[in-house]
Amino acid sequence: QDKYAQGFGLGSVNPDLASERQTASFSVERLTTVLDGGAEHTRVRRAVVEAIERDPVFSRENQYFQTQNERYEAAVRKAVHLQKKMHEMGWREDGPEFIYIYRALAGDVAFLLHRVFMRSISVLGSDEQVAKWIPLATKHQLIGSYAQTELGHGTYLQGLETTAVFDTTTQEFILNTPKISAMKWWPGDMGRSATHTVVFAQLYVHGKCYGVHPFIVQIRSLRDHSLCPGITAGDIGPKMNFEHIDNGYLMLQNVRIPRENMLNKFCEVQPDGTYVRRGSQKINYFTMTTLRVSLLSDEVILPLMKACTIAIRYSAVRRQSKLNPGEEEAKILDYQTQQEKLLPQLAAAYAFHFINNYLHKLFDRGYKEIQERNFSSLPELHASSSGFKAMLSQYCTAGVEICLRACGGHGYSLLSGLPSLYTKILASCIYEGENTILLLQTARFLIKCFAAASAGQPVPQSVTYLAAVKPGKCPAKNKLDFLNPDIYVEAYQHTAIRLLSSTAAKLQDLIQSGVKKHEAWNQCTVQLVQAAKAHCHYITVKNFVETVEKLENKAGIQKIMKHLCDLYALHGIFSNAGLFLHDGYISGAQMDMITASYLDLLGVIRKDAVPLVDAFDFTDKSLNSALGSYDGNVYQRLYEWAQKSPTNQQISPAYEKYLRPLLHNKLSKL
Amino acid sequence: VCNGDYRQSRGILFSSSVLSPEALVINDPDFQHEDLNFLSRSQRYEQAIRKSSLMVMKLREYGIADPEEIYWFKSFVHRGRPEPLDLHLGMFLPTLLTQATPEQQDRFFMPAWNLEIIGTYAQTEMGHGTHLRGLETTATYDPATQEFILNSPTVTSIKWWPGGLGKTSNHAIVLAQLYTQGQCKGLHAFIVPIRQLGTHEPLPGITVGDIGPKFGYDEMDNGYLKMDNFRIPRENMLMKYAQVEPDGTYVKPLSDKLTYGTMVFIRSLIVGDSARSLSRACTIAIRYSAVRHQSELKPGEPEPQILDYQTQQYKLFPLLATAYAFHFVGAYIKDTYRRISGDINEGDLSELPELHALTAGLKAFTSWTANAGIEECRMACGGHGYSRCSGIPDIYVTFTPSCTYEGENTVMMLQTARFLVKSYNQVAAGQRVSGMVSYLNDLSRQRIQPQHVAARTVSVRINDPVSLVEAYKARAARLVEAAAKNLQAELNHRKSKEDAWNRTSVDLVRASEVHCHYVIVKLFTAKLSEISNAAVRAVMTELCLLYTLYGISKNAGDFMQAGILTDAQITQVNQRVKELLAIIRPNAVALVDSFDFHDTHLGSVLGRYDGNVYENMFEWAKKSPLNKTEVHESFHKHLKPMQAKL
Repeated sequence: QDKYAQGFGLGSVNPDLASERQTASFSVERLTTVLDGGAEHTRVRRAVVEAIERDPVFSRENQYFQTQNERYEAAVRKAVHLQKKMHEMGWREDGPEFIYIYRALAGDVAFLLHRVFMRSISVLGSDEQVAKWIPLATKHQLIGSYAQTELGHGTYLQGLETTAVFDTTTQEFILNTPKISAMKWWPGDMGRSATHTVVFAQLYVHGKCYGVHPFIVQIRSLRDHSLCPGITAGDIGPKMNFEHIDNGYLMLQNVRIPRENMLNKFCEVQPDGTYVRRGSQKINYFTMTTLRVSLLSDEVILPLMKACTIAIRYSAVRRQSKLNPGEEEAKILDYQTQQEKLLPQLAAAYAFHFINNYLHKLFDRGYKEIQERNFSSLPELHASSSGFKAMLSQYCTAGVEICLRACGGHGYSLLSGLPSLYTKILASCIYEGENTILLLQTARFLIKCFAAASAGQPVPQSVTYLAAVKPGKCPAKNKLDFLNPDIYVEAYQHTAIRLLSSTAAKLQDLIQSGVKKHEAWNQCTVQLVQAAKAHCHYITVKNFVETVEKLENKAGIQKIMKHLCDLYALHGIFSNAGLFLHDGYISGAQMDMITASYLDLLGVIRKDAVPLVDAFDFTDKSLNSALGSYDGNVYQRLYEWAQKSPTNQQISPAYEKYLRPLLHNKLSKL
Repeated sequence: VCNGDYRQSRGILFSSSVLSPEALVINDPDFQHEDLNFLSRSQRYEQAIRKSSLMVMKLREYGIADPEEIYWFKSFVHRGRPEPLDLHLGMFLPTLLTQATPEQQDRFFMPAWNLEIIGTYAQTEMGHGTHLRGLETTATYDPATQEFILNSPTVTSIKWWPGGLGKTSNHAIVLAQLYTQGQCKGLHAFIVPIRQLGTHEPLPGITVGDIGPKFGYDEMDNGYLKMDNFRIPRENMLMKYAQVEPDGTYVKPLSDKLTYGTMVFIRSLIVGDSARSLSRACTIAIRYSAVRHQSELKPGEPEPQILDYQTQQYKLFPLLATAYAFHFVGAYIKDTYRRISGDINEGDLSELPELHALTAGLKAFTSWTANAGIEECRMACGGHGYSRCSGIPDIYVTFTPSCTYEGENTVMMLQTARFLVKSYNQVAAGQRVSGMVSYLNDLSRQRIQPQHVAARTVSVRINDPVSLVEAYKARAARLVEAAAKNLQAELNHRKSKEDAWNRTSVDLVRASEVHCHYVIVKLFTAKLSEISNAAVRAVMTELCLLYTLYGISKNAGDFMQAGILTDAQITQVNQRVKELLAIIRPNAVALVDSFDFHDTHLGSVLGRYDGNVYENMFEWAKKSPLNKTEVHESFHKHLKPMQAKL
């Protein structure tokens, strides 16, 4: 056994990884604090992560071997234990530690929808409703969920079929699931845990439908957890991931709730049945809009960062085939094809981290305005949250899968950590709004703004560029010119405007030729989606450039970030060459220069690849990967972990029952 | 509505109608079981073993012995999923047949045929996959005892991944570096007993087990194997070709190229598998999209089928066309292999290198495309696609390893590229090349013109498949040439050939991709003229055009940069793609029905033939393990105590 431990002893870093760290061109610690937004944040984050990871209740060690029932139970146990832990550590929901807790748990905890439940009451509920429900929820005297999606309806909310009919005689709403497709389906924590949920239903008063509204409905007894009368609920069965969450179904049959249970900050049904609206109807969707932005960091960007960390560290340890005869086998990270798979993902992870900061600023400002009942920024917030959620989730999902496949066979083992990162992140393409539909919503906003800008009217700040249509050609003369941000930002801007204006023109043409508006829209949707993506892509590149300009020029940070920014921008042009070549803005010869510059950058960033993922500062426990640990002792760990598999610890009943008769040729007795 | 005759189009997918193993299996109560989604990994392994045992018995009972019939029977029993005896049937037995001496066949073949011996094929190691020469396991010959001593000298040399190795097999064919008379003679195959017959316990010197949970392949006991001075008799080396004589003298094999044949065969199976897996995913997504209603197209009208949205059609129909394209490509490779395998037996290996290079690339191209396509289909089913009841997660996790096994895809693309560069250099040296690369011959004529890019403009007619094949051909020629020239430029700058190759490898992979893309377009187009039924030919022509034009639209940069198509033509292509979507729409469901997957085989609630999706989702969910009791035990263990305390 000893010889297997040689050079792989835990604690000593694999020399193949150690050498990568010695040549870093920048200070890893400094970059980590930049990512965290300051040294104090880094300190708090590390303290939270350490406290969580030291506690055995929060361990994820056996996660890959557990069944759905075991995962669910562990998640509930963790959620309950977390309350104790927070109390013990003095962490508060409004304290600086709070945002890092979920990250430290890697999301492997129950009652996440409980928070959405509370948030929707805070945003949509009146002061009295907040005063009544929030303390109960805070103390976990009830467990909440958020029931919007139905079996037959998802992103298209107006199509929801659940009904809430107001009964003036008893001052109650009567909730019903009129048909099977109206059954609530998917809400987290609802299958087994929740006692209450916010149900979205079509409101009917005196026979008139007022559209979708939120209602607080109790579904399980607070005493023995049995289902309340008229309620049918359960778990929707195994999924690709989220085994720890009891996504549920819910059927309502003449369930009566008091009038006060409709969340009524913005609209109310008065005792006599009069419907009163205060402010914009759109506010009902604001919870959703903020959710889209708040999930980006933990659910979309962090998984890509983790996947990059695992794949890049493994690629520095894995040696395969020879680059030069006579030398030892090369690290696979030295192959250009491997760099081309992984390094653009790394650059994107940084680009998205910065665009996420941008979105948070945008939303903080917007949130304040809305609290003051100024709704003017809603369209822009809605369009931004939709477009960036779609673009980032789609890109990061693809990116994680690229990382998975870049690890060859071992990436396919659950022990690599990559399959579960992938199956988890890919749900983000669907939840909180299906991506294609979201992009079309962004496109609708852009088309409106484009028309306004063309007519010289004011438009929100993020789209003022639409007024700046100027035809022309890219002025770059050689491949180095493409490392000038002005050159590539201009190219992205030009392409975004071109795609939008040509789609707007086509829409116009169709309508003028007599095609009905909605039909014209459907005929242009493929292009509209493309235009919305191009807009988001442009803003992301521009924001990356502006962020790099503002970075401190110390410890090599700005320089390496500039390289990553260049790589992100040029990779985008290289991969979408047709869009940039289309009207000749970029010529064929310039495209060859871009390709050359792009490939050169791969070699430059290669040298700092491992330090760049180290800067994400994930602990081994949070990666939970046999391939991606800091010390790079990949094979030793893989072997040790495999031996822990339950398949190796118990005698398989299959041998006695089937294999033995098979081997002994007693098939006929089976 | 449907103008394509269902039976007719089915007919072009399945050339020969063997006996119907499907009916035999589906009607057999012995092969029924609980939905696999609700079982743990150990339970799934047990189910698979149970069915495999039954399957072997029934194959004998029905007298099924033809390899292709066995393949179909197996595929229906296991519903297209892997099973623990795969490597025994697919690798262990065939390897004995092709590489064992008659004496070895006497000793091993019949016991293996009768399953007293269950074997696997142990090649991949923890630290080494596609690059075979890097394998570290050693087999050292000891003339004193006339034995080989097998060792796993490092942790990276532990055999890792072989199917059926962990728990099922009692023998393995082990690939190891042969050492005799102090010299390394390279990789050779050895028959190694690993478990005691009778007790099934690992033999002394053998450490064997399961490698743990994976993305998919739950029913397969992929295993590890570590050997410590484990001795086997000299006669256990497979010695039909290379031999070690009793005194340790090594006798070389005649030719290396023979192993190409097996690789071509297996890779052609993967191309077929790409087609089938993508077809299954398309069937599910398209049927579901016809059942799912959402949002509104026209104000005031009922919610339309989501299949009526242009964006949904744009996601799914190009994939449908791709599935058909890959079916034809898979059939072509299989036929070509059959045609030339007669020559191979007679020692004529002349056509093998090209076919070998081509299948490497096509294996990579089709498996990458299908892999991404399956995910697109799942995504197109929205939230319900994410549920295991959709069946698509299962198709994906079962299919995705084919991007890695039997040759990692990037490495495969580079093998094809090596052949392309070689062919290009031959042309540059004044020779002519034949086969699928013959378009390179034209380059030499054009080289005299200085502005090669502009000069190559072909007048492409975007509604004529044959003209479009020319456009793809021009693109392939341009990118193969560019890669070859970049490689040459690197060689002029640097000393090492390998370094230059590495610095050009992104270009080289692209060159292979566009070459494969051209081959597929060419084969699909050629297939059209073979279809006799006019209605079927019409609908296949639409699909072929969609496949071809969509490929241009998605890779517009290549076609514009090379001057093959103008901006205006690209705009036309984009427009034509959208028109084709509307044309194909009425036939979409019929086109997936033609794939003829039985509901049991499809394993999907969303993709049911009868379209009764929602009722059956509810029925399915009720069986979930979390629903076994009305109040989950977690309530009593955790929730209640917490509520009491707070």
